[in-house]
Amino acid sequence: MRMSYREAVRAALHEALVADPRVFLMGEDVGRYGGSYAVSKGFYDEFGPERIRDAPLSELGFVGAGVGAALGGLRPVVEVMTVNFSLLALDQIVNMAAVYRHMSGGQFSVPVVIRMATGAGRQLGAQHSHSLENWYAHVPGLRVVAPATVADARGMLPAALAEPDPVVIFEHVGLYNVEEEVGDWACDLTHAAVRRPGSDVSIVTYGGSLPKALAAAATLASGGIDAEVLDLRVLRPLDREAIAASVRRTHRVVVVDEGWKTGSLAGEVVAGLAEECLYDLDAAPRRVCSAEVPIPYAKHLEDAALPSVDGIVAAVREVCGA
Amino acid sequence: MTDPVPDAALGVRLLTDMLRVRRMEEKCAELYGATKIRGFLHLYIGEEACAAGVLPTLTEADNVVATYREHGHALLRGIPLRAIMAEMFGKASGCARGRGGSMHLFDASRRFYGGTAIVGSGLPLAVGLALADRTLRRPAVTACFFGDGAMAEGAFHESANLAALWQLPVLFVCENNLYAMGTALARHQSQTELTAKAASYNMPVWSADGMDVLAVHAAASEAVASVRDEGGPAFLELRTYRFRAHSMFDPDLYREPAEVETWKQRDPIPGLAARLRAAGALDDARLAALDAAADAEVADAVAFAEASDWEPVADLLTDVVTPASGAGTGGAR
Repeated sequence: MRMSYREAVRAALHEALVADPRVFLMGEDVGRYGGSYAVSKGFYDEFGPERIRDAPLSELGFVGAGVGAALGGLRPVVEVMTVNFSLLALDQIVNMAAVYRHMSGGQFSVPVVIRMATGAGRQLGAQHSHSLENWYAHVPGLRVVAPATVADARGMLPAALAEPDPVVIFEHVGLYNVEEEVGDWACDLTHAAVRRPGSDVSIVTYGGSLPKALAAAATLASGGIDAEVLDLRVLRPLDREAIAASVRRTHRVVVVDEGWKTGSLAGEVVAGLAEECLYDLDAAPRRVCSAEVPIPYAKHLEDAALPSVDGIVAAVREVCGA
Repeated sequence: MTDPVPDAALGVRLLTDMLRVRRMEEKCAELYGATKIRGFLHLYIGEEACAAGVLPTLTEADNVVATYREHGHALLRGIPLRAIMAEMFGKASGCARGRGGSMHLFDASRRFYGGTAIVGSGLPLAVGLALADRTLRRPAVTACFFGDGAMAEGAFHESANLAALWQLPVLFVCENNLYAMGTALARHQSQTELTAKAASYNMPVWSADGMDVLAVHAAASEAVASVRDEGGPAFLELRTYRFRAHSMFDPDLYREPAEVETWKQRDPIPGLAARLRAAGALDDARLAALDAAADAEVADAVAFAEASDWEPVADLLTDVVTPASGAGTGGAR
């Protein structure tokens, strides 16, 4: 059936709330307001204030309460409005949720799911538009995922709720209105996925950059370059085998990442390839990332700061010597 | 010093608890000097009446969240001293398999949730544990220990607000030892009456002499009863003092020696012993026997820790995540 990314997240949440009384949604304005991205509209009336828990503006407090509630036997889905706001809760995610199992000698699991919006493109300026997924992907103990398709938006939440450990889900703000046909959405939180097979070059990407990569691949096809598009899906742990396998087929790679290039996930992907299959590469890798600047408000400047279809096309042509 | 002891049996029990903690930590200091224990080591010596007075007011179904100065809480919650000592040695038989050390003692079976060392980090966790108990209709109380320093952290204010707003069964226990590491209370709090801060969140507050274990026990009993009966949070301030430096690295240059000596005159252990003697509940022989038992428990634990094995390096990566995770499929649920 055809549905939007927003409807897919909503359907996944609804199903989980119906199926498991331990599941509850907590966050700022998830209840009466209906969710800042309208994902949980109507849930407050349907499930009540204990299952759809409006939290005060205290990210550290309510994310930490989610960690504690998970330790106490519940299955919290904690919604943080944007990744920028999640920095207020970083202590509870990085110093508590991620380390709790190992630091306690394996005595505890922390099955908390933390969802947050990420990314730019809506002219929201430098405090609502960043892509800090790699900050979380850096941390052992977390599983970090980025649904880039409507099917993954539908499937990743139940898979995350089935996990015994903390899962951070990044939903790109530019994807909520995307509509796609969704068939079998069941998925794992382990593997990358080839979204477009190709033989000449691998475009490795994730999240909100996937539609741009696919559009670039379509443009390149008309110019005679057959690009493979690999969607990482899971940012930690990375599916390094799938990345290497794609590059061994195509021998060329461009990595597209809305994060800043310095210290980026794209850098990690390229470094991994250098370690694992340097001699399979016929050309130096390229990274297409955001400009090293706080994301500005003005539309033309925001566009200039972000990875673009044209920029991806140009980078691919360069590595292909075309 | 000769206030009457309302319940001699309780008094002897709490004296025993405090002695066990004191002897354990004196040995820890010695073992630190001998490099058997490394890392940070924060001793509770002087503050024993806090844990000793509060923990007996809880049940096995209740949760305990503590700080990095938690050896006493761990022991009095029932974690075997062998497992605590082995943890400080970094041995696999430790209560966190040697991954945590002095600051990170855990025991899931006793609902002891650490042992966390970011000041204030246990507070949101305690709110969440209480939220789970409330949601699952379990009548448990979550006791969360923290220091005066934590009351300057946003985590305290966010957690107090959440617990009171949602009426969750959290007992906030502030062990006010007058210093946030080396910074005196009046130099880190605009309002030094800490109960006033807590009361502003609309929760009942208690304040007790943290050098008097019977006073702590009495106040904690009332506060725990309030949490259990009313369902909402309560705040308990215990005015106490640590006799040793903040950690083994601390030269303790920010306190006047005379101040420390003054507080040592109020040492909770001899203070209670004198009262129990006056009440006829304790004599030299009994006290010597209690001391000997505490020493023997420590000696046994040290021998156990010495003899224990290290966790194999091959296990370094185990339990970063739960075994067999990552395979879940959404469709299967």
